[in-house]
Order: sequence, then structure tokens, then C-alpha cells
Amino acid sequence: MPAKTTAQSGVDTGSTQEPLLSVKGVQKIYQVDAGEIEAVRDLTFDLRPGELACLVGPSGSGKTTLLKCIAGLMGATAGEVVLSGKPVNGPPKEMAVVFQEYGRSLFPWMSVRDNVELPLKNAKVAKAERNRLVDEALEAVGLDHVPRSYPWQLSGGMQQRVAIARAVAYQPKVLLMDEPFAAVDAQTRADLEDLIRDVWERLGITILFVTHDIDESVYLGERVIILSSSPTVIQEDIQIDLPDERDQLTTRSSARFTELRGHVYEQIQIAKHNTGASAPSNAAGGSPSTVAREEAE
Amino acid sequence: MSIAKRAAFLLGLPVLLVLTWWVTTIGSTSFFVPKPGELAQTFVRVWIGDRFFEDVVPSVTNLAAGIVLAIVLGIGFGVLIGSVRWLRALTEPTLEFFRALPPPVLVPVLMLLIGINDSMKIAVIISGAIWPVLLNTIEGVRAVDSVLSDSARTYGINGWARVRHLVLPSAGPQIAAGIRQCLSIALILMVISEMFASSAGLGFTIVQFQRSFAIPEMWSGIVVLGLIGIILSFIFQWTERRVLRWYHGLREVENAG
Amino acid sequence: MTAVAPSASGQPVTGKGQKRRTRTGPPRPLLGLAGIIGFLLIWEALPRLSVVNPDYLPPASEVLVVFVQNLGLTAFWVAVGQTLISWGLGLAVATIAALVLGLIIGSNSFLRKATHSTIEFLRPIPSVALIPLAVLLFGVDRGSALMLVIYASFWQVLIQVLYGVADVDTVAHDTAKSYGLGAVARIRYVLWPTTLPYFMTGLRLAAAVALILAITSELIIGNPGLGHQIALAQSGAAISAMYALILATGMLGVVINFVMRLIERRTLAWHSSIRGEAVV
Repeated sequence: MPAKTTAQSGVDTGSTQEPLLSVKGVQKIYQVDAGEIEAVRDLTFDLRPGELACLVGPSGSGKTTLLKCIAGLMGATAGEVVLSGKPVNGPPKEMAVVFQEYGRSLFPWMSVRDNVELPLKNAKVAKAERNRLVDEALEAVGLDHVPRSYPWQLSGGMQQRVAIARAVAYQPKVLLMDEPFAAVDAQTRADLEDLIRDVWERLGITILFVTHDIDESVYLGERVIILSSSPTVIQEDIQIDLPDERDQLTTRSSARFTELRGHVYEQIQIAKHNTGASAPSNAAGGSPSTVAREEAE
Repeated sequence: MSIAKRAAFLLGLPVLLVLTWWVTTIGSTSFFVPKPGELAQTFVRVWIGDRFFEDVVPSVTNLAAGIVLAIVLGIGFGVLIGSVRWLRALTEPTLEFFRALPPPVLVPVLMLLIGINDSMKIAVIISGAIWPVLLNTIEGVRAVDSVLSDSARTYGINGWARVRHLVLPSAGPQIAAGIRQCLSIALILMVISEMFASSAGLGFTIVQFQRSFAIPEMWSGIVVLGLIGIILSFIFQWTERRVLRWYHGLREVENAG
Repeated sequence: MTAVAPSASGQPVTGKGQKRRTRTGPPRPLLGLAGIIGFLLIWEALPRLSVVNPDYLPPASEVLVVFVQNLGLTAFWVAVGQTLISWGLGLAVATIAALVLGLIIGSNSFLRKATHSTIEFLRPIPSVALIPLAVLLFGVDRGSALMLVIYASFWQVLIQVLYGVADVDTVAHDTAKSYGLGAVARIRYVLWPTTLPYFMTGLRLAAAVALILAITSELIIGNPGLGHQIALAQSGAAISAMYALILATGMLGVVINFVMRLIERRTLAWHSSIRGEAVV
């Protein structure tokens, strides 16, 4: 994967490559007893093949709703999601999702290995191929020593590793992650973040990573999409021009990281009061990132 | 706990009770309560032999057939009704009625509709024993975790695979609780169907003993019924512990946390 | 005989704050009513179309007419009363005995261990096995019904109380002890509140079982009550009357279940397992 350290290259790839995933004008309105709740107002963005993008927004910004629409678990009220040129109506084969609630996303009656194997078995992958994929995935997440355990016998971080292994073994084109590390402790979280970078670099899959953690989004992403409060619109879409080789110590202490972090933080503060309803006034002033919304030029 | 201590706890009270029974009946000539030795002798004389094959085996066969069918039908319909929202709403009050209906009242009905034969006895057992399995399955299927369900959907696990890998295991603990109730109701109905209208079977024989005032024989029959109940309960517990090993482990982890 | 205790249902809770789309379509109670009407229509049609012999299964309309007529008859209400007395008396005796024994056995680890095998051995013995004995001892008197009802419902309550006492949080217990609460206060503030939900579950299950045994006893042994009326109607070939009585028995069961759930909910209004349940 070529290093993308400048805004220029980001724009270039954007214009020459077909997007893998397109979110086009997605709106989601819930019907509730009291009437209607508009969770997502109008969202449009593309993901290039092989991109690692983070969606970050204040809590209650409709992140999970958006992710469910993209995953095909929920129909959008308006707009569409297109994956590899085909509109998404229902969970597509080329997509895998890792949820926040690791304790509730793994089958507690199956061993770690069976959990990882089940989607492949269901997709009628041949036995030998299946074994190879499962072994590789478990090895990739550092769990090759506990295949016979039940998930609930493992720590939270290890359970989430199982969920990641299951997603990786499935060989999706797009991996969606819904605040996957929100419920694990800080140390485990750092390890898992590095794991995700590692898996992404090794397998070249496209990852859309939803989080409410600003540091995490900047540390992980090649690109950070900042959402407004609900009803959600895009507040800002920025490239993260940190070097590809990231490291918890050096990257997080670099000046550029602090700068980007500060910028995202500022945008989130604005986003808390901004909603699709209040028409984002695009906080142009004081943006340290030259790449922000450069496509508009 | 040492083995000796455990054995003492296991056998202490039962031995004490039998001793009390033995001591209090030593000099007694009570008509209703036989002596322990007398009962043991009668038990062997009455039940070990032809009668075992003539009365016990057919009754237990009916019982087994009724239980298996009640469980299979209960789980089958339970998964169907539990998975379809409108079907659940449609059938709920009607099922509530059948759950509340004391099963023995169906004996005279099924006698009329089917006649007095083995099918009737099996039908009686099913008609009463199916409800706990059915209702618990519906409840268990309804309560499948939403995140787990979403996970299965994103991996394209639908239809039969979903039932097999997600719905049934997830409803398992609830279904097991239903089966436990189903077993005791089935045994009750086996006895009643034979007492009410039959010329054979355990229930019939025991009532015959009572009517002819063959008291030790009657008691020995009660012991046979008790033994069947205990064996059923052991089979259930043994199976449940194996099938739901994951669940008991999970519960332990949760309780410790 | 369920082992599922109120707080131990073990089912994962549904996601909090999860938004659920409301479906278009008729509301639940209407669908339920449609289900009942559908059931009655099928019942009406089967004998009318001679799928089953109308002599054996009269159409629903005929049975409903008799059912309504019954509601105006003193004899019917006397039978209901007789059944309810056997039910209530037996349930009360069994509940008090099981509660007292359960609390004593449960809070003493020696007794708990010493009685375990005996309880596990006696519990699965089917209550109807005692029918011949009850007949010998009491004949067609209420005593035989009481004997069966008490035996069957006793275990339901006892087992749940034992589960409940075992569930008393050791930390809560130690805290109470360290604050110098005496034995009586510990029972009042720690043991009882923890055991109560389990006890209520046991009581609800016992109430259902008690009705089954009361009716069974009347049906088989012949002590007076609804069950005996059913047996009489059957032997007298009054088939519609028999079905009407069975319908009444079912309704009685529904009412008892409803009342017991109401009592359970009222008593445990503070308890989370009930609070969670009430939302559904």
C-alpha cells in the first residue's frame, strides 16, 4: 500500500478509482408511538477499496443507526447504500460486522473455533479451505492457543479478538466495526487498535470503524469522517496524513497527531450543537488541516 | 468433603427414615402400612416377572412415545409461533387457555374422540405435556438476543441454519425448563389415562390392587411409579447437564463476576 | 417443576434503548381475539362438516349455549366452590409447610446437605401414584383431594424457597451481620426480601398444580366438584354439558393464573425481574 501522506494523493485516488462502498443521501426516520424521530438526516460519502476510515461523532449522533443501514440490517428511509456497484438491501455477502457487545455477538454454545468457522460452513466453503482460513484468522488475532475454549471463558478483549477473527476469516471486502473497543479496558484497547492496523495492512481489506473516541479515530484512520448530532449530517471529512507505520508511543506523541486530534476535538464540540436541522455552518475558521473538504474545490 | 462424609449426607436421612418406619411397624398389625421387609418381598414377587412385561413395559412405552412426540411437536410449533410476530399475537390467548386447562379433563374427551386404546393414551399424554414445551419454546425463541441475531444475519445465516445454530441453542435453557415440567405432567397423565379407562397398564393394576384390598401390592405399585419418576428425572438431569454445559458454565462465570 | 428462578432466567436481556419499528397491522389484542374466534370457528366447522362425529364433539355454538346456561345454575357454582375450597385449602397448607421447612432447611447448611438426597428422591414421585392410598384413607371425602393437592404443591414451593435462600447474597449477609443486625432482623431485611421472588414463583406454579390435582381427584376418585361433574356428564352421555364443564375448568385455570400473576407483580413491584417483565 503506497504511503498517502499528502492531501493530493488522497484526492487522486478518489478520482481515479471506483468507490467500493457508496453511501448516497441516506436518511433514517424511526416511527415511534409519539410520532417520528429523525436519527440520520442526509449522509453521503464513498470508501475506496483498501481504505481505513473512522466515523466519529458525539454520543447519540446516530452512528449505530448509520452502521446498521450500511450493513443492510435496517432499511434506510431515503437514499441508498451501494457496495461494489450493487445496492444493499439486506446483509451483503462481501461485508462483515464487528459489534461493540462482544459478549452478545459470539455464540456462547460454540467453542472459539466453531464460532469462527460457522459463517464459512454456512457459506459452504470446503473443509480444507475452511480449516486454513480459521487457523490463519485465529493466528492473526493471536488466539491460536485457545480454539477449544468457549468465548465466555475468555476476557473481554480476547472475546473481541474472536469476533475480529470471525470477521477476518469470512474474507469480506468491507469490514464494519461498531465501537468495537468501547467496552474493554485501556491497555487491551491499545493492543486491539494495533491489531486492527496490522490486520488491515496485511489483508488489504476496507474498514469502516465507528467510534466516539477522538484519539482512537485519529490513531487508526487514514481518514476521519466527523458526524454532527442527530439528525446526523457530515460535519467534516478529513484525511489523516500520519505515516502508515503507527505506534502507540511515537505516533500519539507526535506534533501532527496532537494537531489533528485537537482539530477533530474542536469539530466534535461544534458538532454537539450542530445538527442536520441547524444546517452546519462548516467551521472553516481555524482548520489546521488543509485537506478538509478539499474535494469541494 | 471426604467420600465418607458425602456418603453420610447422601444416605443418612434415607436410612434414618427407613429405620424409623421399620421400628414403628415392628409390633404393628396396621392394615394400611406394610412392614419394610414385607413390602420389599411383595415388590419382587409382584413386579419382577411376567407383570413387568405385561404392565410396566406397555405403560412406559406409551409414556416414552407421548413424551417424545410432545417435545418434538412442542419445539416445532414453538419455533414457528415464536418466530412469526403476528402468529404469536394471534395464538397467544388461545394457548393461554390450553395452558391453564388442567390436562386430566382431556381424558374423557380423547376417550370419546379416539376410543380406548394405546393411541388414546399417547394422545392424552401429548395433549397435556405439550404446553409447557410449546410455551417455553415460544418464550425462548422470542428472547433471542438482538445483537446475536444481527451477527447471524450479517454472516448470511438464515432459514434452517439460523434455527439450528442460533434459535434452538439460544432457547435451549428455556426449552429444558419446559421439558422438565413436561416429564412430570406426562407421567401423571400416563397413570390417569390408565386409571380412568383401561384394562391394562400400571395405573389400572394399582387401582385393582387397591379395590381388592391387596395393600402391600398396592404400595409396591406406588413404589414402581415413584421409581419411574425418579429414573425420568435422572435421565433428564443427565442429558440436560451435557446438552446445556455451555449454559451452566456461562451462568457460573456471570455469577462470579 | 421448573428450575427457572425469577432472577435466573438466564436469557440475555434485549438491547437497552434499542429502537424498534412499529409494524403496521392490527394491534395485538385484536389479533388475539381473532385467534380465539378462529379457534371457535374451526371447532364449529369440524362437527358441522362431519370431519368428526358431532356426537363426540358437538359444535362450539351448542357447547357455548350450555356454558352460558350453567352460569345461571346454583349447582354449577356449588361445584366451582367445592373445587376452589379443595384448591385453596390444600394450597394454603402446602405453602405454609413448605415455606417454614424451606427457610429452616435452606438457612442451615447441615440440614441442606442432609436432606438433599431425600428431597431429590421424593420430588419426582408422581402425586397421582397416591390416588389409591387416598381412596383407602378418605374415600370420596375432600380429604383425598387435599392429600393429593398438598403433596403436589408442597414440592413446588419448597424447591423454590430452597433456591431463594441459597441465592442470599453472602456479601449482603455479612454486611448485615457486621452492622450488628440480630437474627430476626437478618431474616426480615436480608433473607426474606431475597427469597420472596422465588417464593412467589413457587406459589404461582403450585397454584396451577393444585388445580390440576383438585380436578384430577374429583375426576378419578369422585369427590364433589367440577371434575366430578365432568365425570358424571361423561357417563351420562351429556356430551355438550361435558364440554361446557371442561370449558369452565379452563376458564377457572385462566382466572387463577391471572390472579396469581397479579399478586406476584404487586408483591414484587420493587423487584427488577418483574419490572423488566412488565415492560414486555
